[in-house]
Amino acid sequence: MTAVAEERKGVQPHVSSRALAEMMFRFRELGIVLALVLVVGATTIDNHLFLSATNVQQVLSAASIIALLAIGETIVIITRNVDLSIGSVLGISAYATGELYVHHPHVPLALVFLLALGIGVGCGIVNGLIVTVARVPSLVVTLGTLYIIRGIDGAWAGGNQVNASMLPDSFNKIGYGTIAGVPYLGIIAIVAVAIATYAMRTFRTARDFYAIGSDPDAARVAGIPVGWRVFLAFVLSGAIAGVAGAVWLSYYGSVDAIAGDGYEFQVIAAVVVGGVAIFGGSGSVLGAALGALLLNTINSALVVVNVSSFWSQALAGGLLVGAIAFDRLIAVRVAPALRTRRRARV
Amino acid sequence: MSDLGFQPHDEPPATEAPRRTGMGVFVRWEVLLLVLLGGTIAYGTNASPYFLQSTNLFYISLNVGEVAIMALPLTLIVVTGEIDLSVASMLGLSGVFMAELFNHGWPIWPAMIMAVVLGALLGAVNGFLVTRMGLPSLAVTIGTLTLYRGIAQGILPTDTIGGFPTGLASIGVVPIPHTHIPYSIAFFLALAVVFGIVLHATPLGRAIFAIGAGREAAFFAGIRVKRIKFWLFVLSGTLSGFAGVLWTLRFASARYDAGVGMELLVVTIVLLGGISIFGGRGTIAGVIVAVAILGTLQTALTADLIPAQDQNIVVGALLIASVIIPNSGELYRRARARLRSAEARRHAAAAAQGEGQ
Repeated sequence: MTAVAEERKGVQPHVSSRALAEMMFRFRELGIVLALVLVVGATTIDNHLFLSATNVQQVLSAASIIALLAIGETIVIITRNVDLSIGSVLGISAYATGELYVHHPHVPLALVFLLALGIGVGCGIVNGLIVTVARVPSLVVTLGTLYIIRGIDGAWAGGNQVNASMLPDSFNKIGYGTIAGVPYLGIIAIVAVAIATYAMRTFRTARDFYAIGSDPDAARVAGIPVGWRVFLAFVLSGAIAGVAGAVWLSYYGSVDAIAGDGYEFQVIAAVVVGGVAIFGGSGSVLGAALGALLLNTINSALVVVNVSSFWSQALAGGLLVGAIAFDRLIAVRVAPALRTRRRARV
Repeated sequence: MSDLGFQPHDEPPATEAPRRTGMGVFVRWEVLLLVLLGGTIAYGTNASPYFLQSTNLFYISLNVGEVAIMALPLTLIVVTGEIDLSVASMLGLSGVFMAELFNHGWPIWPAMIMAVVLGALLGAVNGFLVTRMGLPSLAVTIGTLTLYRGIAQGILPTDTIGGFPTGLASIGVVPIPHTHIPYSIAFFLALAVVFGIVLHATPLGRAIFAIGAGREAAFFAGIRVKRIKFWLFVLSGTLSGFAGVLWTLRFASARYDAGVGMELLVVTIVLLGGISIFGGRGTIAGVIVAVAILGTLQTALTADLIPAQDQNIVVGALLIASVIIPNSGELYRRARARLRSAEARRHAAAAAQGEGQ
């Protein structure tokens, strides 16, 4: 939090405390990488097929979709809000994509993604408008839109299902294609995370997100258009969820009314495990993406070591609760250290 | 607001300009609810001529029984400015636990009691994380929503457990003898009276309102803020566990996905009932009317042959409307203030110009 405020002023009076805070973030990302290595190592010793190309590609592809969604959710959570509707947005966008192909089999790929993007942006605008104009907590708003959007999806889809056979091969290929062994989805996610990481570190608007999450009142006093920024965060989250819907369809190949049901919890778990503070104001897109990868790797490892995959939801919940509790403990431990360092310099 | 922590730009309304209309707002809100209830009943009788027959009323109340019971402790939690999204998952896990115990040869009564005890423990976990670790209740209960449902799914992934003693299982579906009232609603009404008295006529109730209106102030007034919140979460877990038992008996079977997504209904009832999401305001009477509205609305929609998925659209819209509408007065005041200050500035500018000449 202090790091953000100081960066905005362009002065660096407390280099050591900044360094300490900086180290903590690095530490989190390193910690996840370490956990990843441990999980992969232990599982591979148990069953060497865990590191087979097919399995790695599968884990990477599934994690990519969660990682994409995690980018948007990270932005929203950094502004001290939450978006619970992303699973439903993904679902309705995936179904719309499928329907578009059913009715117009030769529609160009760009148009398909534009439609998915448009649906996502539309949903994001609705969320953002209600949150910022009506000034009600995003939790309630997005809990409502979660069910409203899912309801619209259900009313539209009914019992229908769009299958891979109804989709053109060029589209399906996004889901299963690879370049040098790396699935397209993985590349999409890596590029998206790289762009988002750069943007979140560089652009003033993105720094505003952190400032708002650290202290909304201070941000307003500092002249940041808080309402617009929060609105933008929701639109971005919706847009990403919309595009993720099309990507989701290309990977899973079939879509019905319940596509993406419950994804919001997996994504929030990934984001929080990835070190994004649930209080807002700190965290990185890279961490959230690594969190998504860790979660999916553990899920896959569970199956390999013969734990029923039915436990994966409990795992996500447990990690989510564990991560926020852990963050809190660390914060309680580190805060006095930061204070004493500052005092020592003064 | 502080503890929901998820809204960037709002001071809690309680700290804003004194509300001269305080009591009036509540009265009007509850009148609005009664009008809405009249509307849903009219809609129901329009959809089906049998809507107001006692059998149908029995089924209406049967359908909302468990939701209604869980709405009561959540009301108190929201009044203190916190939230519990894990209620439906606690219902599901308690039901699965009861059925598992029964399946392992436990007699039914101890199994039922243990399910309620488990609910209390689950609630205590929430309460511990929120009050002792100082975590935002929203994040904690989203986590435990996933965790508890996940554990239920891990224990009982695909099967259904049934075969409960018929005499007991039937209390889930038959009315209390000589009446048309289901047992679950009878429990709800009894509890509602207790909750109403506690919230509106005891020091504890005033303490709960005080916490919601200003936690720090409540703390300095000597109120055991953390302890009260902790026990409210335990209460929420206990009654969710109890609702889980009732649910299991009603369907005569336990599945891991019992009541999935029901937190939407419970939260909607509480907020529609006029409990402010910012804490510190609301009445049990409003919540009772909201239960009646949701119950009649759902049955009316079903009678009108509207599928369950589409009903979620209505409930979701109701949820959003019930937080926007009470807040709209605030918005109006703020817009007017802004307009006024802009006008004042223009006047000042004009005056300054006049002086300059």
